[in-house]
Amino acid sequence: MSFFNITRATLAKDIRLEWRSKDAINAMLFFSLLVVVIFSFAFDPTAEESRRIAGGLIWVAFLFAAIVALNQTWARELRNQVLDAYRVSPAPANPLFLAKALGNFIFVIVLEALMTPLFIMFYKLRVLGAAWQLLPIAALGTWALVVNGTFFAAISIRTRAREIMLPLLLFPLSIPALLAMVNSTTAVLTGEESARFWIALLVAYDVVFTTVGLLLFETVLEAE
Amino acid sequence: MADSHINQAVVVEGLVKQFGPFAALRGVSGEFASGRLFVVLGENGAGKTTLLRIIAGLSQPTRGAVSVLGSPNIKEVRAQIGYMAHPSLLYDEMGGMENLRYFAGLYGIGAKGDSEDLAERRCREVIAAVKLDPDLERPIGQYSQGMRQRTSLARALLNDPRLLLLDEPFSNVDSRSAKQMSDLLAGLRDQGKTIFVVTHQPALLDPAADEFVWMEAGKIVNRTSHFETPQ
Repeated sequence: MSFFNITRATLAKDIRLEWRSKDAINAMLFFSLLVVVIFSFAFDPTAEESRRIAGGLIWVAFLFAAIVALNQTWARELRNQVLDAYRVSPAPANPLFLAKALGNFIFVIVLEALMTPLFIMFYKLRVLGAAWQLLPIAALGTWALVVNGTFFAAISIRTRAREIMLPLLLFPLSIPALLAMVNSTTAVLTGEESARFWIALLVAYDVVFTTVGLLLFETVLEAE
Repeated sequence: MADSHINQAVVVEGLVKQFGPFAALRGVSGEFASGRLFVVLGENGAGKTTLLRIIAGLSQPTRGAVSVLGSPNIKEVRAQIGYMAHPSLLYDEMGGMENLRYFAGLYGIGAKGDSEDLAERRCREVIAAVKLDPDLERPIGQYSQGMRQRTSLARALLNDPRLLLLDEPFSNVDSRSAKQMSDLLAGLRDQGKTIFVVTHQPALLDPAADEFVWMEAGKIVNRTSHFETPQ
């Protein structure tokens, strides 16, 4: 079976499982909603201040919420040791990694689509820069979070404290991407500077970490 | 190793498996001929499951060598191995056929030509072989333990494997179903497949088994052609 077919079948299976259980999406929504509401009560920023802090706030909320999905994606494979059924099959490891990353990407993008209107409403946001740039920033930033997250969640899956292990492994490596996400979003929201450098950095980050993930995932999957 | 063991489905030499300070296997050696049904017996902790996982390629030995279906590289022969573990290796939220369709895809069943039909036919075949209804739409999580075990066996049979490794296939299965499963295994052995069954219910396989392999404290201590209760 081809790389593409296994990726497609695994992605379809993951979406079906999430659709039925809604484990990840519900937890992510609840968490993000809490962040939006609590911060909006804790601060009462002016429109100008909102534009300056919203980039950081939005991405931190999505980063923490994504952790839930990332842990869930592999926890599902641990129940009944289903991952062993994949490991004994002749299917290569890479399609599993790619499908999981794509699945997480879809879940987090859905979350972002649902939460962005709330952020705009609660923080009275009005974009002063090129608003269309927020789309590639969201896509590239989300991919940066999930591609690394999927990889490190697979590493931490067999550790005893995997909920703690994942952020410990993921956050330090995500700092360049997080900087690029926050700065590019702030640049677009305030319209004061160009976001191009930060978007280019996100592209480079995504290419590097996707390649590294695909190259090393077999070793991670075969590890005991 | 391969030349001298041409008719051997599995050859293990000096297998040692350490989990930290605990040695699950302490030098297991043996040759297991093709087309035979081996029943692996022993108390809990004897190393039966570890041995099976190493043969399946799921675990690497700390020391020693293993050759499966003539290849020292188990990855090369994965398509010819069927593995059933103590847990079901199935997704609880999906139905039996849904699970099987997904795993059939991993084995490339129906990847060419009349793809969908071939995969669907194979899934229905194996579900029927374990006496379950292919049209049952309930998720696996709502199956009884016995039905889950049988679906798990169906998954292991999907790729029509030459080597079948079964860990506790009869646990929580009622005696009638267990008899049906053991008849199925005997039939598969008669078709030339090599089968390893780890079980605590050897009597179920007594008429069908070719050899009983006794393990104790990480070693094979005896191999007999008939089941004899140890003294």
